[in-house]
Amino acid sequence: MAKNETSDKPAQAPLIEPGHTYGSITDKISSVVTTRKTPISWFIGFAIAFSLLMVFLSSTAYLLMKGTGIWGINVPVSWGFAIINFVWWIGIGHAGTLISAILLLLRQEWRTSINRFAEAMTLFAVAAAGMFPLLHMGRPWLFYWLMPYPNTMAMWPQFRSPLVWDVFAVSTYATVSLLFWYVGLVPDFATLRDRVNNRGAKLVYGMLSMGWRGSAIHWYRYETAYLLLAGLATPLVVSVHTVVSFDFAMGVIPGWHATIFPPYFVAGAIYAGFAMVLTLSIPLRKVYGLEDFITMRHLQNMAKVMLATGLIVVYGYMMEIFTAWYSAGEFEEAMISNRFNGPYKWVFYSLLLCNAVAPQFIWFSKVQNSVIGIFIIAMFVNVGMWLERFIIVVTSLSQDFLPSSWDTYTGTIWDWATYAGTIGLFLTLMFLFLRLLPSISIFEMRTMVVEEDKGGKES
Amino acid sequence: MAQIFHPSMNTFSKVTIFGSVFMIAGALWFFLTVERSSYVTQAKVVREQPVPFSHKHHVADLGIDCRYCHTSVEETAFAGIPPTKTCMTCHSQIHATAGMLEPVRESWRTGKSIEWVRVHDLPDFVYFNHSIHLKKGVACETCHGPVGEMALTWRENSLNMEWCLDCHRDPESNVRPREEVFTLDWHPKTEQAVLGARLVEDYDIQNLTNCSICHR
Repeated sequence: MAKNETSDKPAQAPLIEPGHTYGSITDKISSVVTTRKTPISWFIGFAIAFSLLMVFLSSTAYLLMKGTGIWGINVPVSWGFAIINFVWWIGIGHAGTLISAILLLLRQEWRTSINRFAEAMTLFAVAAAGMFPLLHMGRPWLFYWLMPYPNTMAMWPQFRSPLVWDVFAVSTYATVSLLFWYVGLVPDFATLRDRVNNRGAKLVYGMLSMGWRGSAIHWYRYETAYLLLAGLATPLVVSVHTVVSFDFAMGVIPGWHATIFPPYFVAGAIYAGFAMVLTLSIPLRKVYGLEDFITMRHLQNMAKVMLATGLIVVYGYMMEIFTAWYSAGEFEEAMISNRFNGPYKWVFYSLLLCNAVAPQFIWFSKVQNSVIGIFIIAMFVNVGMWLERFIIVVTSLSQDFLPSSWDTYTGTIWDWATYAGTIGLFLTLMFLFLRLLPSISIFEMRTMVVEEDKGGKES
Repeated sequence: MAQIFHPSMNTFSKVTIFGSVFMIAGALWFFLTVERSSYVTQAKVVREQPVPFSHKHHVADLGIDCRYCHTSVEETAFAGIPPTKTCMTCHSQIHATAGMLEPVRESWRTGKSIEWVRVHDLPDFVYFNHSIHLKKGVACETCHGPVGEMALTWRENSLNMEWCLDCHRDPESNVRPREEVFTLDWHPKTEQAVLGARLVEDYDIQNLTNCSICHR
């Protein structure tokens, strides 16, 4: 079906620039890893990312010394940045799973050149996300108390708490994403094993490729395993952020206790995720000259997904306002009026600008054809989705039912340092990934050559 | 192209991957076992004391009641450690010159307390009250074990939270009539299941597993 679409619309850009062969694809992608000359831009980027990672290290060390009091959290806003950043990072991860699993099952071939690093992005985003609930616990070394195991306290976790569901949802998500990513990498590890000259690197890639020889039975097993994992990962795209939304929706706080939360959060997650994939892929293709593989069509498709999910999110905003009015509940109404007129109104207006207004420019073909235009909109969405979580967490908590318990909240320098630090963690991992692993699936791109050729002959 | 790995690597990697499951399960078992061992909990470990006080001698041989020394056990949270004066009620006359008891006499002369090594020490975040346990029919020996057999005192139980909850979740199996709480080596005349159920009813024992029962 996808093939017909390609031939029916001759105007659509190809998924891979013409003139490529099996050899040229393998050379181009693997050379990023096998080259002895690391580009200077990589070093600059890595240095910045690593410095931020050190910021994370210091702020975490200080946190462990002093406790969570160094953050701005207090009663009534006891969640603050930790949960905002957690939801933000987890959301970002979702695009990776959507691209790798759902688009695979839907046979969207354009996913091929972006799935590998989108999956990497998922893993690293989950790693960054995981930091926040752990650190917010105050005694992160006791994290295993969240797991049901026969402990000497004879206690189970509180299974009625959505925070415990979170533990299972996120750890399952991380495990399946890792497996999916790894299984997809195996044939490429073998390619690298055969191409690197360094003995040590040969050994490492050889281990990781698990004796892959590319025989028919290997491919058969690989395809089966990959498809099964895709099937496993598909429900996770929806379930993980649904559970994250339950953290809020199960509470009785005005502005949280809403049935729209699960779909609204899932859409928001995919929205944020695609924005992040665009944010990463645009510089990546530029620096490594991968424009042949990540073409304009990829960027446009991602921008369109971003627009569509963005509209769902805006629908969510409208429903929140509608529900508050329709319910005639005074606390719900007060919550909405607080968003528009309260102490955080400028955050709320910025959120609307970033999430509701900015992506509308994707409707224009001029913007759609501009790499810079798409990049700017993606950046707006990255910021907007963070602001959205800020609004949800802070406005509802800071003014709940009792005016006597109201208080305002701002992040301290340590809140910001920890947040910037996890960006450093994410980017450091990303840079290492770009240098050490093929950031585009080599063997899947090779299959594209054949299919693009066929498409060409038919038209 | 030369082979990178020796053929034995096939077997090696399979064994490693398969074995890791058992390694992880084994490690988990190991830690859970160590956590409950007397090495960690100090249960059944006899403590050295400044004076080798024998509960066996005083309780089983002489038949002194628990409350003779642990005076506040029925009224307060803390059972009470006897002051030197309590020792001296007898030991000013009996074994008055025994070398073993010199620290007691020294304490008596100087007014400085004997520094006993504490055997049962709950964490400070646990609120525990002796008196309510006695009033609801939990005997000394239920927690402290056969004190009459202890030449030097040891801690009978782990004091792990799971040990507390074993009883709090199932008081029927552990309570006895109030009159018998100071009796050592007591055995129920009727079946414990029947007796326990009746006592739980009579003593109005309820709501024992709320967090704030102990963590206030």
